[in-house]
Amino acid sequence: MTPSDLRAAFLDDLTAVAPDLDAASIGDNDHMQDDLGLDSMDFLNLVSALHKRFGLPIPEAHYPRLATPAKAVAYLTEMLAA
Amino acid sequence: MPSLGADMEEGKLIEWLVKPSDRVAKGDIVAVVETQKGAIEIEIFEAGVIGALLAEPGQTLPVGAPLARLGAADEDEGGAVPAAPKAEVPVPAPAAAPKPPVQPAAPVPAATATADGGTVLASPAARARAAERGIALEAVAGSGPSGAILLSDVERHVPAPATPVAEPAPEERPKGKPGLDMIEMRRAIAAAMSRSKREIPHYYLSHEIDLQSAQDWLSARNADRTPDRRLLMGAMLIRASVQALAKVPELNGRFEAGPYSPSASVHCGLAVALRGGGLIAPAILDAQAMDVDAIMQAMRDMIARTRIGRLRNSEITQGTITISALGETGVDALFGVIYPPQVALVGFGAPRLRPMVREGRVEPRLGVTATLAADHRVSDGRRGALFLAEIDRLLQEPEHP
Repeated sequence: MTPSDLRAAFLDDLTAVAPDLDAASIGDNDHMQDDLGLDSMDFLNLVSALHKRFGLPIPEAHYPRLATPAKAVAYLTEMLAA
Repeated sequence: MPSLGADMEEGKLIEWLVKPSDRVAKGDIVAVVETQKGAIEIEIFEAGVIGALLAEPGQTLPVGAPLARLGAADEDEGGAVPAAPKAEVPVPAPAAAPKPPVQPAAPVPAATATADGGTVLASPAARARAAERGIALEAVAGSGPSGAILLSDVERHVPAPATPVAEPAPEERPKGKPGLDMIEMRRAIAAAMSRSKREIPHYYLSHEIDLQSAQDWLSARNADRTPDRRLLMGAMLIRASVQALAKVPELNGRFEAGPYSPSASVHCGLAVALRGGGLIAPAILDAQAMDVDAIMQAMRDMIARTRIGRLRNSEITQGTITISALGETGVDALFGVIYPPQVALVGFGAPRLRPMVREGRVEPRLGVTATLAADHRVSDGRRGALFLAEIDRLLQEPEHP
């Protein structure tokens, strides 16, 4: 998958767990908790959706690497290549 | 039209999920009503057979107005109950999970029917607003789960500009919540909180709890679980609070008419903050019987349904206590306002590392400040203190069954 495919997939899962967010207005460096207001349950649901979509284990220690769309794309690229 | 809160005067019927002559069991979801708390699924209060539907989707009715006739369960189906015109209201399969409702074919304006008779995924509020504005749902791009159309999508949908008003930039658009009228919600919160501070003599207690053992247990447990089965600290805090009520039962109940008596069941409300303001506190019903995994599952399900605006009337009207947890990004402590007619509110600040004394040495440990706001008419500080101490004790033994 290209970075832009990964970004689209990430935003897809993000807006599914937070249906009141507008994908078009989410910036690459928007922070999930601080800027987008995800609570811990929303974030866990996002991690679950990414786990289901990509089959990656995503341990808790990796959560900070999903903090923004830009970080998440880098993380997913690295993990999927491994 | 059921009352879904003390200050509710009227509600708007959005959708029927049953048709005449359908058999229903107590608790089945029969209709969806829009209120200031979002679209609420209405559960039937007793078993029976649906007779005539007296209200139409789109109609606003005062609390107490009849919505439909309900016949006795053992009545002959062909007898008292009038035969239903078959195609009038398609009934979606009853489902506990939030499921985009099937498009009603009538009597909602023709604009919402699809050409091929198929279904358009849309929230009830979105469908109602589209009908109001005469917008065909197929013309609206859905941004919800599986492309479902949300209220905000309909509101954003500008059919051909009638006036040359500049379209607001995405950042400036009010972040609408599906099915919610923020002004109405603010008004409902104001009414409930004003009543609380007027009628309830609150007292407050605060206690710092060492969460390190609970956190260590949680991390170990989550390490070999897939994300969909992981637990959050919030579930452990709720579980400990619910269990602690067994020791101080008078904090759990509803102070309505007559002498107060505690509730045997714990219907534990969770304050869920909504992005952009406002909050809803739907209750996990019968939480006293749940282990930490069951509480986690119930929280997950309820928060997801709060976000898409699909709560049930029992969840928003039967709470016996409320828990408000600030989560990881909050501040140290919150001192709550009791949600009437409940008699207590438990608050948890943000858990964070802090210096704590353990066995005579200062160590960095994860700690949280637990608070209790309680109604002095039904309990005293000594009992409230016992309750917070019991939560603390339970959290030191996360392994407990």
